[in-house]
Amino acid sequence: MKTFVSQFLDAAKKITRDLRHRGLIQTALGKYEVQRDRRKAAFQDYQAARQAAAEAKYEAINHLDEHLESLVSKLEARGTKVHWASTGEQARDIILGIVREKKARSIIKSKAMTAEEIHLNDALEKSGFEVVESDLGEYIVQLRKEAPYHIVFPAMHLTRGEISDLFQKELGSAPTDNPEELTMIARRALRQKYVTADIGITGGNFAVAETGMISITENEGNARLTGALPKTLITLLGIEKVIPRLEDLALFLPLLATAGAGQAITCYNSMYGGPRQPGECDGPEEYHVVLLDHGRTQLLADPEQRDALHCIRCGACLNVCPIYRNVGGHTYGTTYSGPIGSVITPHLRGLQDWKHLSSASSLCGACTEACPVKIDLHHHLLQNRRNAAAEKGWWLERLAYKIFSFVVTRPALYRIAKKVGFMFQPLHRFVKGTALDPARAWTATRDVPQLAPQSFKEYWKRRRKK
Amino acid sequence: MSEREKILGRIREALRLSAPRPGEHGDHAGHDHMPARKLSAPADLRRWLPSVGDTFEQRVAAFAAQSTDLRTEFHLLDSRDAALAKLKEVAQANGWTRIASHRTELTDAACAALALPTLVTDGGYAAPDLERCDAGLTACDALIAQTGSVLITTRSAGGRGLSVLPPHHVVLARREQLLPDLPAAFAFLREKYGANYPSFMSVITGPSRTGDIERILVLGAHGPKKLTVLCY
Repeated sequence: MKTFVSQFLDAAKKITRDLRHRGLIQTALGKYEVQRDRRKAAFQDYQAARQAAAEAKYEAINHLDEHLESLVSKLEARGTKVHWASTGEQARDIILGIVREKKARSIIKSKAMTAEEIHLNDALEKSGFEVVESDLGEYIVQLRKEAPYHIVFPAMHLTRGEISDLFQKELGSAPTDNPEELTMIARRALRQKYVTADIGITGGNFAVAETGMISITENEGNARLTGALPKTLITLLGIEKVIPRLEDLALFLPLLATAGAGQAITCYNSMYGGPRQPGECDGPEEYHVVLLDHGRTQLLADPEQRDALHCIRCGACLNVCPIYRNVGGHTYGTTYSGPIGSVITPHLRGLQDWKHLSSASSLCGACTEACPVKIDLHHHLLQNRRNAAAEKGWWLERLAYKIFSFVVTRPALYRIAKKVGFMFQPLHRFVKGTALDPARAWTATRDVPQLAPQSFKEYWKRRRKK
Repeated sequence: MSEREKILGRIREALRLSAPRPGEHGDHAGHDHMPARKLSAPADLRRWLPSVGDTFEQRVAAFAAQSTDLRTEFHLLDSRDAALAKLKEVAQANGWTRIASHRTELTDAACAALALPTLVTDGGYAAPDLERCDAGLTACDALIAQTGSVLITTRSAGGRGLSVLPPHHVVLARREQLLPDLPAAFAFLREKYGANYPSFMSVITGPSRTGDIERILVLGAHGPKKLTVLCY
């Protein structure tokens, strides 16, 4: 069986040489950068806004129990049914239970990374229910039976030609290379689904603890339709999504839009506070909120990396990451890709299986700088490396460092080692990168620095003699 | 023990160690006390978010500039009659034959002026009927100059579906409804509804859009392809 690390390496090797892929990503993210910089510049003080957002999330996460209890009591007071799930399996069972009880025929879903996390669509389909993704990008990747490529731009890796071919094959539409026509094909197909769907499923961007509301950010209007038409509405929400006060949205909505998509604010930011209330003319008869832990409390228990739970899933760290921009979203093999995915996946799915993601990083810090809630991402990558080595190091690596420290702490021995190294280094080029090279993982794709013929110490001594 | 208790128990256990405050990484991990709470006030927010002027004219200018950017059709009119006349113009230009609306004094007057077959959402409606309407005509809670947004709730705008299902959303607003910025909008919601919030509230900013195909902007992804704001 292939390990996660060998899958990652194989996929990365292949895709970094794919010029077509590279071109698509550069174009898409290039456009994003221009828009994002324009929107950041419109803020009077973007850095102060970031700091305030980080502090609001700090408050929410570091008093998570109180905020969750407030959220839940407010939601329940207006007739929302709240469910708690420690694991993905529990969350799937809760949702399957609701869907079965309602004898649902078709389910319409708006974008939810939590649902990707617990493989909800698979579970629903295996139990015989039709579930349709309504976000255009998600709909496209669902038709291709793929995972989303990016948290915010799920179909960023596809050209309009590929999407047209897909729609021809799956929907029987006429070929077109016009993005607007392609969008209208999806709009028409999905409108039919909306009118007939009996269950709607959404994710959530923020949960206002104080007032008991789920805030959903979107551009297309699909989440609004999902929240308006089906008789039963289910929101699958990670427990870390809470924010303390309603007014905090005045900060988070523009920040999320700016960092995530280079918009001042997204098209629709809707707050759901319950099922249809007396005197209201539409909306679901039943509203269920499923609170998902799925490893989050484990991350919470690590104070050093707890701020990774501040994440608002804007995708800004992916967009600026030199690794993401080279290997793309699917290579990671995780629900959350890019720097934030590399930080949290080891906590959610096991450090030893996923530690390689923390090493697939240049530690350049672009992610930390881009994060609108100031998560210390690149240091967390380093901490994951440290934790992985401390937990289960590799004997050869440990031995190498032991020898190294033995030598460098003994000046006489170090001097000899340098001389020997300098003499024999030319021979290395004959084995560089081959099976005989013990350092081939490093040297196969890199130049090896030349040892200097003269050390600084020797140079200094001679200089003073003159 | 219920899952609720188990999850809350794990959270409380985890929070026995405190985390470094934002911007103070490296030194303070693992302290066993919780630092004092510190949250920003809306007044601070105003100094950081994009600026909006203090006068009505500056707010209108900001709303108009955002509208151009977002492709919202925004018209500032001198009187209610002028707004209704503009509405008729919009109806003719777009060839509406059937509209949907909800009952308020203002929207009733607008529907009477248009004299088109009208679906009224108050008291319930069938989704396919609303889907067949050419436009949804609504009032609103407020306009937000900073972002060029329309603030609606189920109570002010005829439910959840009326402003999103028809292909054209037309909003009628009075001048005094124009608020400067997002902090003002959320303060307004709290003041108006704090005791009993509607089950649905939304900040609408421009017509429905997507960039999911090669990051090229397309209007009318799932919601309205057009958004018209008539303010008098």
